[in-house]
Amino acid sequence: MDYGLALILLAAIVAAVVLNPLKTRGEPERVELLRIEELEAAKEAKYREIRDAELDRGMGKLSQEDWRAVDRELRAEAIEILQELDRLEGRRPG
Amino acid sequence: MAGVGSACLAIALLTALYATVASVVGARSGRPEWVTSGRRAIYCLAGLCVAAFAILESAFLRSDFSYALVAQGSSTDTPTFYKITALWATQDGSLLLWATLLSLFSTTVLFLTRRSLRDIAPWATAVLGVVAAFFLLLMVGWENPFDTLARAPQEGAGLNPLLRHPAMMIHPPMLYTGYVGFSVPFAFAIGALITRHTGADWIRATRRFTLIAWTFLGTGIMLGALWSYTELGWGGYWAWDPVENASLMPWLVGTAFLHSIMVQEKRGMLKVWNVSLICATFALALLGTFLVRSGILNSIHAFGASTIGVQMLVFIGCVVALSAGLIVARLPDLRSDARLDSLLSREAFFLLNNLVLVGLCLVIMWGTFFPLISEAITGTEASVGPPWFNRLTTPIAIVLVLLTGIGPVLAWRRVTVSAMRRILLVPVLVACGALVLLLALTDASQSIPSLLMFTFVAFVLSVVGQEFVRGASARRVMTGESWPRALARLIGRNRRRYGGFLVHAGIAVLFLGVAASSAFLQQRDVRLSPGQTVKVGDYKISYDRPTARLGGDAGGTGAAIALGAVMRVSRGGETYTLHPSRNYYATADPSKGPISRFFEGDANSEVAIRWGLRRDFWLAVRPDLTSFNEAIARADRKFADSPPQVQAIVIRTLTELYRQKAPPAAFRAIVSPLVTWIWIGGAIAVFGALLAAWPSPEARLRRVRSLYAARLGRELSRA
Amino acid sequence: MDPSRKRKLRLAVALGAAVCLAAALIYTSFSAASEAAKPSDLKPGRSYEVTGKVVNGSIHRSGDQLDFRMRDRDGTASVPVTYTGTVPDPFRDGREVIVKGELRNGTLVGERDSLVTKCPSKFTKSS
Repeated sequence: MDYGLALILLAAIVAAVVLNPLKTRGEPERVELLRIEELEAAKEAKYREIRDAELDRGMGKLSQEDWRAVDRELRAEAIEILQELDRLEGRRPG
Repeated sequence: MAGVGSACLAIALLTALYATVASVVGARSGRPEWVTSGRRAIYCLAGLCVAAFAILESAFLRSDFSYALVAQGSSTDTPTFYKITALWATQDGSLLLWATLLSLFSTTVLFLTRRSLRDIAPWATAVLGVVAAFFLLLMVGWENPFDTLARAPQEGAGLNPLLRHPAMMIHPPMLYTGYVGFSVPFAFAIGALITRHTGADWIRATRRFTLIAWTFLGTGIMLGALWSYTELGWGGYWAWDPVENASLMPWLVGTAFLHSIMVQEKRGMLKVWNVSLICATFALALLGTFLVRSGILNSIHAFGASTIGVQMLVFIGCVVALSAGLIVARLPDLRSDARLDSLLSREAFFLLNNLVLVGLCLVIMWGTFFPLISEAITGTEASVGPPWFNRLTTPIAIVLVLLTGIGPVLAWRRVTVSAMRRILLVPVLVACGALVLLLALTDASQSIPSLLMFTFVAFVLSVVGQEFVRGASARRVMTGESWPRALARLIGRNRRRYGGFLVHAGIAVLFLGVAASSAFLQQRDVRLSPGQTVKVGDYKISYDRPTARLGGDAGGTGAAIALGAVMRVSRGGETYTLHPSRNYYATADPSKGPISRFFEGDANSEVAIRWGLRRDFWLAVRPDLTSFNEAIARADRKFADSPPQVQAIVIRTLTELYRQKAPPAAFRAIVSPLVTWIWIGGAIAVFGALLAAWPSPEARLRRVRSLYAARLGRELSRA
Repeated sequence: MDPSRKRKLRLAVALGAAVCLAAALIYTSFSAASEAAKPSDLKPGRSYEVTGKVVNGSIHRSGDQLDFRMRDRDGTASVPVTYTGTVPDPFRDGREVIVKGELRNGTLVGERDSLVTKCPSKFTKSS
């Protein structure tokens, strides 16, 4: 008795919550926006790496020349990311 | 209400299946409304599981014996604290706990990633839905926690007294949080493979979950060890029991995974390795859950055939097969972005550490499954014991500790050799100094493995200490801050790094305790009568007098009788008393007489431990009741039909008699050097892990800003 | 050394180490393992790890020594056991135990501290 009643009630509640979003038909997510999010996260991670390398140099783990080489590599990679971000964001109107 | 609980589970199963289907539809059609629907289904799943859990817990608290589970695992005389935990001491209840934790974790991760990873998240939702559906299916189909009894008994069977210990209360939820936690990175890894989005994004999104899962699993393992040490009568903390090993294996592979994902984040390498590792970790976590419930391995915990063993094995098999298939199919998308240039780099080192950790896991796996392996190969079932495990894992552990000291010193991409030499100078000197001191002042040379371990631990601790000092001083050079401020800001801005260093230090300290307490343990088993004294190492223990107590044992576990001893322990000038005892719990066994059922039910040791930083003194007693057997049997016959009050008086008389007659009792005394440092080291490691996982305020600010920017972009593009 | 040769060398070293480890595993485990047996399987002359159930009413303690009878899990064939050492807390009539030992003169002499008692069934359908 309990069981049957609860079954129906719970099914109804879940159905209401779950089927609600289906009423509005959304647009498929634009591929560029997905890529932009990815790139933002990658950019953050790259900045952290640049800062970490600086700390390593400050702590003496990297010599000046080694650090310069690593820093150059990392900054080049960061610039690539920024360039791609600009390109994608440039497509947005306004 | 049991019907409502059952209904919750049934609807939850359907909801989980719907979540899977909706998410796959949303992923393949690109329609976000289906993805949102699937996500909401997971939110509903969490609500339903929590509701079911609450219903069951309330039944336990009310001692409602119409629930089969409550009748089986609890009783009216079980203390409230343990009534709550009795829920997950049973199979059905622990499945519900697993499902509830899974749904909560899934809800959290999906909520946090609802606006990012839009291609991977739906597939991850589907995977999480499938796993949840499996556990719910196990409950709905075979092991329903809401089964009721046609006729509710007056009294329940009671919680096994061995489990009435606070550590045992938290141990299963901790382990399960660990196991369940690993399902999140696993689900996202599968999503990444399916969508070919195999960069580091899925790793970044799930890193904190992995770290938290790892921390909980590690804590759960340590709590189990602590329980074994303080509660069981053998005085050890690790027996290489299959169930213990089953929890350690995913932890080891999880540790490897935590390190190797850093390599993928920074260099884009080890992609195949990472997805394989997380699939292996998750499979091992399922295996850990399964081993406790099957009869395939002889263990203190495993018993007879279980009703869900086959299903779990099939599920694990499917997980492994599908993961492997998916990885192989996506190999082209898992190519490294960079090559390993030099062996002298952090990347190479992490690969080495991974190989050592995975190697250790394989050794343990071999030993754990050896009975099955030997049966398959030679036809006879044979097993290996703790000596074999210790012999093989000790050298690997020593190498591992050494590696935890070298890793922090290296930099990414390349290492300046002269700089390394300079940096390692002080720690190496400290280690050598420690070695010299150990050889000169202690008898550590009796055990070469311990000597090596102690030396390497000194090395690791000085490396970590140096990192903190050099980091703070580097900051001071740049900012001119005071020492404490520089240190605080250094740690605050580099939580991952310094949290990680603390974890390394904690693990090193833990191994210090393990090495010292295993190699330099002194143990003595003796029979003593009151008044007798015996020596154990440099300790002298004397049996002063016996104790007897009715009801209300010291540990609050609801024992009917507690028989023990007052022991005087002295060493050097110091003397103190310890009160080990043995708790006796009444049994409901109908074959036992009214008096003997109090003495022949479950019994367990109330161990007396004198904790110390340098050594622990551990003492357990086992009273010898053979001389009372006749008296108890006579009392059974004579007072068989007497009212309970008379029986209580008889029992009181018997226990008083024990106190006065004082027959000799068996004692076990153990002196364990440095064993407390195991728990301390573990606590340091947990603290370090939590520090590493703590989100930094700047990151949050940046994340919020970027979310607004993304939203702006979306809204503008729609206009 | 050019990079690809270096990589092949590293791979060879790694594989070599793996082979050594595997060999160590196999050798040490097969030589150190003790054969599992039921009470009805026991033959004198070698050490076994015997699994069985404690026969009701057979437990006798005298001083440090524990004597009891152990029977097959699903059968009645039983063997007397004599043992000294730690007795785990759950040990009593009817419990499932594992003890390492050798059959001597018809009695299983248990190795010191090798007695393990399984926790009473929690995870089977029937209590």
